[in-house]
Amino acid sequence: MIGSILEWLTSADTWSGDSGLGARLVQHLWYSLLAVVIAAVIAIPLGLWVGHTGRARWLVTLANSLRAVPTLGLLFAVALWLGPKFTSDLAFLIPSVVVLVVLVIPPILSGVYAGVEAVDPAARDAARGMGMTGAEVVRQVEIPNALPLMLSGLRSAFLQVIATATVAAYVGLGGLGRYLIDGLKTGDYVSTAGGALVVSLLALAVDGVLALIQRLVVSPGLTGKASLTRRRGMSAVSAEVASSDGGSPLPETNRRISS
Amino acid sequence: MTWVNDHWDEIFTLARSHVWLAGLPLILGLLIALPLGWAARRWTRVYPVLISTSGLLYTIPSLALFVMMPLIIGTKVLDPINVVVAMTIYTVALLVRTVADGLGSVPDDVLQAARAMGYRGFRRFFGVELPLAVPVIAAGLRVAAVSNVSIVSVASLIGVSQLGNLLTDGYDRFITEEILAGIVACVVLALIFDGLILLGQRLLTPWLRAQGARS
Repeated sequence: MIGSILEWLTSADTWSGDSGLGARLVQHLWYSLLAVVIAAVIAIPLGLWVGHTGRARWLVTLANSLRAVPTLGLLFAVALWLGPKFTSDLAFLIPSVVVLVVLVIPPILSGVYAGVEAVDPAARDAARGMGMTGAEVVRQVEIPNALPLMLSGLRSAFLQVIATATVAAYVGLGGLGRYLIDGLKTGDYVSTAGGALVVSLLALAVDGVLALIQRLVVSPGLTGKASLTRRRGMSAVSAEVASSDGGSPLPETNRRISS
Repeated sequence: MTWVNDHWDEIFTLARSHVWLAGLPLILGLLIALPLGWAARRWTRVYPVLISTSGLLYTIPSLALFVMMPLIIGTKVLDPINVVVAMTIYTVALLVRTVADGLGSVPDDVLQAARAMGYRGFRRFFGVELPLAVPVIAAGLRVAAVSNVSIVSVASLIGVSQLGNLLTDGYDRFITEEILAGIVACVVLALIFDGLILLGQRLLTPWLRAQGARS
């Protein structure tokens, strides 16, 4: 079985053409990137605003409780509702992208919020004392300090999108999920497992690249042994659990932080 | 509500298998993650290895992991065991870090006091460290429970029945009410799991309530 999967993966026929593995891979990455970028454009400013002003914290709670909604259900409900409103291929694309965006707003939002929230109040006060305006505090103090948590939110958002885009093949989205869904329907286990393998490798690769970016852009003052969370005597995860659990009935699922 | 009223039996049957598919991995995952988390705490070199391995495992998309399971454990494609094992992998991946960090959150002076009172080895672990780590572990378990309930519904795509069937069937036959019923049922189940873990945590950490009452 593994032999025939490898054969399938290495065959030129599998990779070539508009619906070949190469094209599907690019498609998958493209949808994922699109959804993450749209979600980030909405969630990052919102998270910064909530974290900076301390207002409307219920937004974060709401976003976190949205995570209990099964992805599959959200996808199907939106596809049934929005699908008929569009003609052509957009009928498949738009509902899926909408769901992907809705789905990854929570991890990004709570990552940004938890990051800003965890900024040492002393650092914020010092910045104000130096005469910085609110916007300057956000740009020069809060964002750099919140960066590790912001990026880990983005990272888990990206992975979630890659996973959900796979499932979205069921409602007609292109991408690598086609191999899994079509393969399961026709009972072609070789291409199903092959597609699954490629999606997994894609997820691992994206995770690796984002981890690298995370390591490169985070201020050196925050990494290494002098990290803020460690000085407070808390491990990164417990700090995250503590910061996210602001009366929310459902705890948060961001899981990784640079350490 | 007509669809729901006509299908209560079906909903309950599906909910029961959903509870199994999401709940059993939660228990198995905790049982596996406890010794692993302990080991990660005990030997500093083990920690990064376990953390990065579990991070990588968690990265694999659920549908992909489900369909690759037969390759790894040699089961049939439609076997529910695939889902249980895959969900256990996710749960362990999520909990190893929580357990390790939970054990790490036990203050040093408490450990020293325990040691001075003669607590050692297993007795110290089960009598002092583990109870004090319960709040952190429970927080991780709640995250795992909520995400398990959601992920299990994807298993209807590989033909394993649970509440996700309401979603796929509702989509295939254009019955919006069935999809909504499936969503609500999943959310209710997630809230029940969440509540049970919270209740367990309260029962296991009576001193936290005592502190709350005093202050």
